[in-house]
Amino acid sequence: MIEIDRLEKSFGTNRVLDGISLTVRQGQVVCIIGPSGSGKSTLLRCVNGLESYEGGEVRVSGRRVDRRSPEIRTIRREVTMVFQRFNLFAHRTALENVTEGPIYAAGESRASAEAHARELLAQVGLTGKESAYPSQLSGGQQQRVAIARALAMRPKAVLFDEPTSALDPELVGEVLTVMRDLARQGMTMAVVTHEMGFAREVADHVVFMDRGRVVEEGRPAELLTAPREPRTQDFLRRVLRPLE
Amino acid sequence: MTIAVTLCALVLSTLLGVVWALMRTSGKRWLEWPAMIFTNTIRGIPILVQLFYIYFVLPELGVDLNAFQAGVIGLGIAYSAYMGEVFRAGILAVDAGSIEAAESLGMPRARVLSRVVLPQAVRIVLPPYGNNLIMLLKDSSQASVITVAELSTQARLIASSTFKNQEVWTMAALLYLCLSIPLILLVAWLEKRFGQR
Repeated sequence: MIEIDRLEKSFGTNRVLDGISLTVRQGQVVCIIGPSGSGKSTLLRCVNGLESYEGGEVRVSGRRVDRRSPEIRTIRREVTMVFQRFNLFAHRTALENVTEGPIYAAGESRASAEAHARELLAQVGLTGKESAYPSQLSGGQQQRVAIARALAMRPKAVLFDEPTSALDPELVGEVLTVMRDLARQGMTMAVVTHEMGFAREVADHVVFMDRGRVVEEGRPAELLTAPREPRTQDFLRRVLRPLE
Repeated sequence: MTIAVTLCALVLSTLLGVVWALMRTSGKRWLEWPAMIFTNTIRGIPILVQLFYIYFVLPELGVDLNAFQAGVIGLGIAYSAYMGEVFRAGILAVDAGSIEAAESLGMPRARVLSRVVLPQAVRIVLPPYGNNLIMLLKDSSQASVITVAELSTQARLIASSTFKNQEVWTMAALLYLCLSIPLILLVAWLEKRFGQR
């Protein structure tokens, strides 16, 4: 579904992605973990075509992702994105946030887009909030609107860029629950996260990234409990037991 | 005449201002530079000089405009430079995340602009836009120098023929206020209606 092949990307002299390769298969949930600055977010942004890249290639369903080609809009509709800071449209209601893409990117009729949006808002537990503006919603509710917005395009995969990092701790659970349910329905997902509990329970595959490369990858039970690489061990120790 | 000149110049300056702002935020140098040079030149020349130029110099080049047309075009172009800067600030102040979100859904550029950027920019821009609008109303008095018979010209004529300076100029000031205050109220209402939610 998503193939990343020896991808290279620099910001100035800073090499953010250093020949990284990664595959996300249909129906798979891949969690990407690693220290900040390791290139995790940039990697996702390259898949959605929000960043250009210098070397290697990203393919979605076999098609090369190139943010300058007209085909990028088709690819973006197939692989949508949920952002750390929600990035909702502040001037539109929850319902309008969800219908905006289907109507104005995919050319769906307003009636069918609205019906679908109501279903999706119900799915993320926001029935009754359709006409609320983002500023009237909590962070957790806003992020769930953003998830509904990403699902409204009927994507083949959804990319999550640290979806709970900007949330108050007590609101993290409601977002993770929605994501877990989505994974159980068979959605293909790539999730950059610091939530190790989520990775352990939901992921099929966990990737540990550092300095623009994959250091180690494997099944969550193996990688998160018995990592082989010293850098992975070090990172997990800091995340799981910060006081020691 | 004051109202007519103001309204026509307002429409012209708003439309042109949007064009300048879009050019300057396009990220394309061949669009940015001409708009930048134009707006900075216009902002650097007094409105009075621009009006003289349009009314007295253009006819020599074969473009004949009556005083009203010259007033509208002169004020409209002059104010478009100020409007353009206000709009540009508004566009730059729109949350970049919401623009990325629209792009990430595969929205075409024109739709990102019309559905996400401009509606949010309008809210940000309303207070300074209202400011410009009121200044434009008052600057319409400058059109008098090219013999558009607007309020302050009329006042001067009456004052010089009746010698009732105090009465006439107090009346003129009150009339300007009567025109400005509804505008101020209108902008306040617009801010409430479209303001940040």
